[in-house]
Amino acid sequence: MEQIITVQGVVKRFGRGVRALDGLSLDIPAGIIYGLLGPNGAGKTTLIRILATLLSADEGVVRVAGLDVRRQAEAVRARIGLAGQYAAVDGHLTGRENIEMVGRLYGLSRRQARARTSVVLDRIGVGEAAHRQVRTYSGGMRRRVDLAASLVGRPQVLFLDEPTTGVDPASRREVWDLIRDLVDGGTTVVLTTQYLDEADQLAGLIGVINHGRLVSEGTPEQLKSHTGPAVLELSIPDSQQDAAMRALGQIAPAAYERHRGTLVLPAADGVATLQHALRALDAAAITPTDVGLHRPTLDDVFLALTRTDSIDGYLNDPAGATL
Amino acid sequence: MTTADVASRRTVAPRPFGRALAHTGVLTRRNLLANVRLRDVLLLSAIQPIIFMVMFLYVFGGAIETALPPAAGGSYVNWLIPGILAQFAVFGASTTAYGLHNDRISGVIDRFRSLPMARSAVLAGRTLADLTRSGVILLLQLGVGILLGFRWQTGSLAVLAGISLALAFGYACSWVMATLGLAVRNTEAIQAAVYSVVFPFTLVSSVFLPTQTMPGWLQAFAEHQPITVVANALRGLMLGPEALPPGSSVAGQALLAIAWTAAIVAVFVPLAVRAYRRSVS
Repeated sequence: MEQIITVQGVVKRFGRGVRALDGLSLDIPAGIIYGLLGPNGAGKTTLIRILATLLSADEGVVRVAGLDVRRQAEAVRARIGLAGQYAAVDGHLTGRENIEMVGRLYGLSRRQARARTSVVLDRIGVGEAAHRQVRTYSGGMRRRVDLAASLVGRPQVLFLDEPTTGVDPASRREVWDLIRDLVDGGTTVVLTTQYLDEADQLAGLIGVINHGRLVSEGTPEQLKSHTGPAVLELSIPDSQQDAAMRALGQIAPAAYERHRGTLVLPAADGVATLQHALRALDAAAITPTDVGLHRPTLDDVFLALTRTDSIDGYLNDPAGATL
Repeated sequence: MTTADVASRRTVAPRPFGRALAHTGVLTRRNLLANVRLRDVLLLSAIQPIIFMVMFLYVFGGAIETALPPAAGGSYVNWLIPGILAQFAVFGASTTAYGLHNDRISGVIDRFRSLPMARSAVLAGRTLADLTRSGVILLLQLGVGILLGFRWQTGSLAVLAGISLALAFGYACSWVMATLGLAVRNTEAIQAAVYSVVFPFTLVSSVFLPTQTMPGWLQAFAEHQPITVVANALRGLMLGPEALPPGSSVAGQALLAIAWTAAIVAVFVPLAVRAYRRSVS
């Protein structure tokens, strides 16, 4: 598949010694939604800012749509759209005026901007509200106008930094639908998210980032396969946590604590693993207060991949984990 | 690669100056609409300078009238109004700091920087909108001043020159404020930074009081700092040469004020542009 984005060995330092990106490399094929998943401070936003020409990398090569983001920044900007973490729309302008303004700044004439704005307004479905000032809008509507503004220049690549942060659940689905439509129209979307279900719902390919490096990459299904077919969750009284970890360590070295009192372990053999675990606990005279066996969510995968002390347990070779 | 190069040549506008002008127009309009549409902002930003003016007029007025030069016609309002116009040029410019700061924290500047637009348009559009706004408020102040008894003692051409000078100086100050607004990251710190420029310069000046009564060291600063120079130039242009400190001429003060304006522009436009380039949060 054609790569629309290439990132090779990118390093970005902030202040003294803080490496926001620490030799990150990834390739993104054209025409998909690529999800960048990672905790706060992992380097997701820094990467988006470098791709969108807002920051320049200290080391490494970054190409977007075949162009070098540093040396051909202006040409890159003509091909991308960016919607940042906050809806960057003006409250005192109407929805339509906001989008038209960005259209003009993309270099469209007044008439072209007006026509193009009508097209994207139809797409985001704010209807009559397009003529009201944005400060009267709900959070979800502001987001959609912000998205529309990032589309008005017909970008080949659209960068969305946490597109649904601060959006209520109903509007979240609308924003998701809108993003899916875009990809159907041929736009490549790169989005960052902390919401694991969002990456699961939208992304064709997910890159998991932690400490400025790509920890793992794959389709949602491939990532889930890291934990095996199932995940076992056991609620254990506080006083018995350590003993339980020791007992379970024999059957699943990668067991870890998710919240206080809940131990999670991959269940490679499904129900059989459950039975083993219960027997091991019984032998240690520990009775769980609750037991659950479920298909792994990205949450499970994510915790497994980003827990530094268990990564080796999960993936013998983190580099080899890149699918 | 070759196709990309051809395409990039096509998207980069052939007339960069025309493009910069068009984009500056788009952003000036955007910034001005904020003044017009947010009614409470408009109302308060017009009322505040007038409250200040009336306050200074009646609080200081009685105490000072006897110390005024004869050109003031024995009334403090004649002395005060040209000074207030010089002072407001600086106060009005502080809007630039807040406007750019708000655009930065709301992500608007990030968006602008990701667009294939003229880089100069963000700062030009902001400072020009603030200049327009200052012009409106300055005329309003002059109008209220006239209602309160201000009478200029020279020709209308000289008064017009004075107003233009005040606005030009205000525009120069906008670039100082742009630098502050982009270089200082924290909202509260910006206010502190703006005040620590605006208050010493406007108070330690000839804006409100003649400088003769200040202690010597302070007087040296007060008499030569740009706001005093501009206030003197405005007084000269609006009240005549007798309103000036002994030994200075109207033309001399006006030229000095223009020199200050040009010097501030020469220093702070590059600084503001540099701060803008680094303004990614």
